[in-house]
Amino acid sequence: MTDMQRMDVPLTVAGRTFSSRLLVGTGKYRDFDEARAAIEESGADVVTVAVRRSNLGQDPDAPNLLDVISPSRYTILPNTAGCFNARDAVRTCQLARELLDGHNLVKLEVLGDQKTLYPNVMETLSAARTLIDDGFDVMVYTSDDPIVAQELESMGASAIMPLGSLIGSGQGLLNPDTLALILEHARVPVLVDAGIGTASDAALAMELGCDGVLLNSAIAHAKQPVLMARAMKRAVEAGRDAYLAERMPRRQEARASSPTRGLITE
Amino acid sequence: MHVLLNGESRQFDDINTVAELVERLGLAGKRIAVEHNETIVPRSRHAETELSDNDRVEIVHAIGGG
Repeated sequence: MTDMQRMDVPLTVAGRTFSSRLLVGTGKYRDFDEARAAIEESGADVVTVAVRRSNLGQDPDAPNLLDVISPSRYTILPNTAGCFNARDAVRTCQLARELLDGHNLVKLEVLGDQKTLYPNVMETLSAARTLIDDGFDVMVYTSDDPIVAQELESMGASAIMPLGSLIGSGQGLLNPDTLALILEHARVPVLVDAGIGTASDAALAMELGCDGVLLNSAIAHAKQPVLMARAMKRAVEAGRDAYLAERMPRRQEARASSPTRGLITE
Repeated sequence: MHVLLNGESRQFDDINTVAELVERLGLAGKRIAVEHNETIVPRSRHAETELSDNDRVEIVHAIGGG
């Protein structure tokens, strides 16, 4: 197995190398303990967080997420979730960079509306340009549009992250063909971000040739998040191996696996 | 002094700088980030950044998200 593992190269985003191709969120868990256990079991190196106003009325000594998910152990990927225009997303990233002592890797998402949480591509492109000019390494949540993916890549995005289906919907990959089109041309990592519902969805994304998968709800909203975290870890590894192994061709007709000679009925 | 803090109108007495505001809120040394009138204030400049009446201040931290 060691030789085979050498055939693969680790996921590298903006010069940073990660041992896992599974990236996970920290939202929607019952408590910090559950989040910590699930994230540990997932084997993820990259962990997303949101940036929000501090609750100034509350106990300032209450535990902080970054005490539980330590930036010394994980690569923290702040997101711009909840931003509906480029300006808010850029401000959020700038706050995140200050929060994380100059760490400049961010997940940009600029949403179109509350109902679909579908990316607003125009605002996303605008924010991406501003952030890249400001020295950020930007992983971009976007629609599964190959032309937009190329546009983002040519402006210097560090990773393209098309949705598999709507955020938090768990519908899996609704359009594997467009993902394949993006993968065909991309020269930066492509990660499916959003829509993964269960392990087979993550495996399929990897089998298509995606460089990684980013998910949150599929683990956090499973009845047993820690067990699902392990399933996702294995699914991403299995899907990656299957991609590298190059699957057999599909055929319309049957082809026997056992010899057709020497049967006792001959 | 009157400050629009995280979108809420707040009154503070005897406060002149971002560092003093952070201290007053019990957030000194915590992992937060501060924006003053939509400009980031690096931690190293909290002490020298002076507040004026009706300034807008945002104080944020990291929470769970996907």
